[in-house]
Amino acid sequence: MRDGGGTTKGIAVRGVSKVFDAAAAAVRALDDVSVTIHENEFFTLLGPSGCGKTTLLRLIAGFESPSAGEILLDGAPLAHLPPFRRPVNTVFQNYALFPHMSVMENVAFGLEMLGKPKREIEKTVNDMLRLVRMEELRDRATNKISGGQQQRVALARALAPRPKVLLLDEPLSALDLKLRKEMQIELKRLQKDTGITFVFVTHDQEEALTMSDRVAVMSQGKILQVGSPREIYEHPAKRFVADFIGETNYLEAEIVASGHGQAQIRLSSGAQIAASLPEGGRLTGKVTVVVRPEHASLTLDAAKATFSGRLENIVYFGTDTHYHVRLADGSLFTVRMQNARGHEETDRINAEVGVILAENAAQVLRD
Amino acid sequence: MAALDLEPDPDRRPLTIASTAERGAIRRRWFLTAPALLVLILAASGPLLIVLAYSFLKAGAYGGVVWEFSGEAWFKVVFQRDIFDGTMSYADAHLSILWRSIKLSFLTTILAVALGFPTAYFIATRPPRTRNLWMFLITIPFWTNLLIRTFAIMEVIRNEGIVNTVLMSLGIIDEPIQMMYTNFAIALGMVYVYLPLMVLPIYASMEKLDFRLVEAGYDLYATRIRVFTRVIIPLVKPGIVAGFILVFIPALGAYVTPRILGGGKNMMLGNLIELQFGQGRNWPLGAALSITLLAIVMIALIVYVRGTRRAAGDHG
Repeated sequence: MRDGGGTTKGIAVRGVSKVFDAAAAAVRALDDVSVTIHENEFFTLLGPSGCGKTTLLRLIAGFESPSAGEILLDGAPLAHLPPFRRPVNTVFQNYALFPHMSVMENVAFGLEMLGKPKREIEKTVNDMLRLVRMEELRDRATNKISGGQQQRVALARALAPRPKVLLLDEPLSALDLKLRKEMQIELKRLQKDTGITFVFVTHDQEEALTMSDRVAVMSQGKILQVGSPREIYEHPAKRFVADFIGETNYLEAEIVASGHGQAQIRLSSGAQIAASLPEGGRLTGKVTVVVRPEHASLTLDAAKATFSGRLENIVYFGTDTHYHVRLADGSLFTVRMQNARGHEETDRINAEVGVILAENAAQVLRD
Repeated sequence: MAALDLEPDPDRRPLTIASTAERGAIRRRWFLTAPALLVLILAASGPLLIVLAYSFLKAGAYGGVVWEFSGEAWFKVVFQRDIFDGTMSYADAHLSILWRSIKLSFLTTILAVALGFPTAYFIATRPPRTRNLWMFLITIPFWTNLLIRTFAIMEVIRNEGIVNTVLMSLGIIDEPIQMMYTNFAIALGMVYVYLPLMVLPIYASMEKLDFRLVEAGYDLYATRIRVFTRVIIPLVKPGIVAGFILVFIPALGAYVTPRILGGGKNMMLGNLIELQFGQGRNWPLGAALSITLLAIVMIALIVYVRGTRRAAGDHG
């Protein structure tokens, strides 16, 4: 990972574990997690429910304390600070707006608690309401506004005290698809405008890919991979990461030669291709390789093909078409091709077809 | 209405039928609720009207009333006439009893909030399975007769009671502390008796409290005290107000507790009213005092309704 230890700005999570003691069985929600979140970064914790992403968020907020390890903010440990002394604010999953206060009072709450002068509070609240486009509804009760509006008030409330870090716990999950798309763009805009570090928790891979500067994929209390959305998508290091994000083909292969993060591998069909190696992966022997369906194409020219198989099924998706190819070893390989205008679709089910892999399409997995 | 416009029949019969049916339904509803309404009118308003009427009549020599209009009873609630020279002065005895009733009821209510709120908070923050057990324990005193519970208190605080015996045997005091027949005894007894009525409504609203809002408060730089005063208290206010009413009103009219623990001299309004209908043989005065009590209760209720309406207005 990029953090060498020289930079102290941002959040450093060091060897953090969290064990919940539930009557009989202890649940290990986080297992020796280490990650660095840079300043001014839109960082996403992505994973299925129960993977520990919300626990990590609550540890940063201070609602829970780690069983082991430590969390540092700008180089200073947070452990002894209660939530109300951390320059960190949260946008809760259900927004948790105060029902006994108006929109404006909700946004002003944090500033009031910080003891800011009245004039300043008024100005900041106005600025925040303008930022989230809620100026007209400032005097409304929070249960008299729509879900999307509540969402924006929750954002304004958390941003008003200008925290160093904003934590967002699946804030879009309660919204409908259209609103969710709008809010994704809005959130990204807010992050850029304010320059505040966003730590965003979601189980939605698309959300993670579209908004984040970097993504950490989590499973069973561990962070499996951290990287830019492109790195995560195109060069997944582990089977779980490849599986969780997008569609994937798996191929069994053997490393022939390796070096500088690249390897020459031999597929079971006998073809030799270049592939990217994951950080800290093995350099010899049998490995699994992933290829994204859109990084492959079909051909009838056997000479050009990397390997071939029998075309078993064609599924039309509008913008593109999926071709399911049964390979010689019995596995299924999916090819996704964009539907070009005037492209004649010939029904060649059960025909023998060749598969061409794009350059740099193959990624070797660590596990 | 749009559907009716499509109706081909020009004389709009469906509308007539519909409204006749509706009128029938309304009549039927009245008919069905009539027994309940009748019972309410006869059993609640009836006696009240009788009491009101009695307060404007003359007292019979041996109790009862003489059917003759008189403002004497109402006059006597507030004033007294000297037997010898007939000069008027305030009825100190009545006014002090009235004042003691309000004072002790208020004190009882405040103490009940002070004890009941932490209790309700404690129960509401237990895991759901143990919460019911705690609530069950709170209701146990209700299983025993009020009289017996009051005598039990007496056993604890009387001069030869548990407290004094223990304190004296430990050598902390030389002679027993006089606790019986004091305002303290009445307040203690009433707090004990009415405490569950405070815990229950506060617990009910506390249980509904979304503790994520408490977390949101902490997150937004509110200290524990600030979270308590700015988030928890406003959100459970309806429960506190309900508990306030549930304790204050019966405390104001309390009869058994002040009678036993207050003895004869520390009377409350309930005892004074009983006295007028009994030994005092002044039914009109008793009736006028009853209406006075009712008026105080109604004022308290109006304050309550105003308070909750404002709270509801805040919530939107």
